[in-house]
Amino acid sequence: MSLYRSMPDTVLTTTVDKLLNWSRLSSLWYLLFGLACCAIELMQTGGPRADLDRFGSVPRATPRQSDLIIIAGTITLKMATRIKLLYEQMPYPKYVISMGSCSNSGGLFSYAYSVLRGIDKMIPVDVYIPGCPPRPEALTESLLAIQEQIKKEKFLVR
Amino acid sequence: MLFDFANVLVFLGVGITFVFAMLLAGRFVRPQIPDPEKATTYECGERPIGNAWIQFNFRFYLIALIFIIFDVEIAFMFPVAVVFRRWVESGQGMLALAEILVFVGILFLGLVYVWAKGDIKWQKLMTTDAPVRGKDRRVSL
Repeated sequence: MSLYRSMPDTVLTTTVDKLLNWSRLSSLWYLLFGLACCAIELMQTGGPRADLDRFGSVPRATPRQSDLIIIAGTITLKMATRIKLLYEQMPYPKYVISMGSCSNSGGLFSYAYSVLRGIDKMIPVDVYIPGCPPRPEALTESLLAIQEQIKKEKFLVR
Repeated sequence: MLFDFANVLVFLGVGITFVFAMLLAGRFVRPQIPDPEKATTYECGERPIGNAWIQFNFRFYLIALIFIIFDVEIAFMFPVAVVFRRWVESGQGMLALAEILVFVGILFLGLVYVWAKGDIKWQKLMTTDAPVRGKDRRVSL
């Protein structure tokens, strides 16, 4: 039994909702998953200089524990089906950041025979980051954008 | 004194209760959207092929054991080689030499054993009285 989106809109439930959302956005764990050169920037973002950990965002080694998947790099058609499966294996609620030109639109390799032209052709994307590759600061910014999005979500309230 | 133990007990109790309380709370508030795709085995995005309960050939186990002989030999002979000169200078060279020879000798016995058993050979004909799944009792391993 689940109380997910089943309670009436009262002061108590909205307050609990705020608490739940706050705890969710403060522990936005992402799947440790990199595809191409954007993954280097992703590692840099997790590193001490940009330090994504201070937002409560730590890498997880399995999709079962992750809330967020960062598509960091060129999506080859072979990898695309794998990404789809990884996305499916994540528990709800899940978020997707499309990092860099390649996962936004195919980018530099958009005319290659083996490249998917944008991850949004396959899974829903919450935040797109432009850049080739985007700086760690841009990825941090996108994480903050996801946090803003979570703040507005209803979790307990119908 | 007894009170100190009660402290630990309370700590333990609260800790254990907290785990189950959190799991229960999570059960109540989380969205439950089951999906056969979600329940598939996680293999880094790869689709698993076949059963996980496959039988590995036991020869791999033997090879691993034989590898240990050489591995341990190397791992322990290098430190000896490094300090051997100092042992000789202090007049205990023969002792160190004898020690390492005994050590290598024991490992060598293991090597002789597997050699005599024919386990060094990858292809080996084995006869067994135990019922073997398959057609023949004589199985070529």
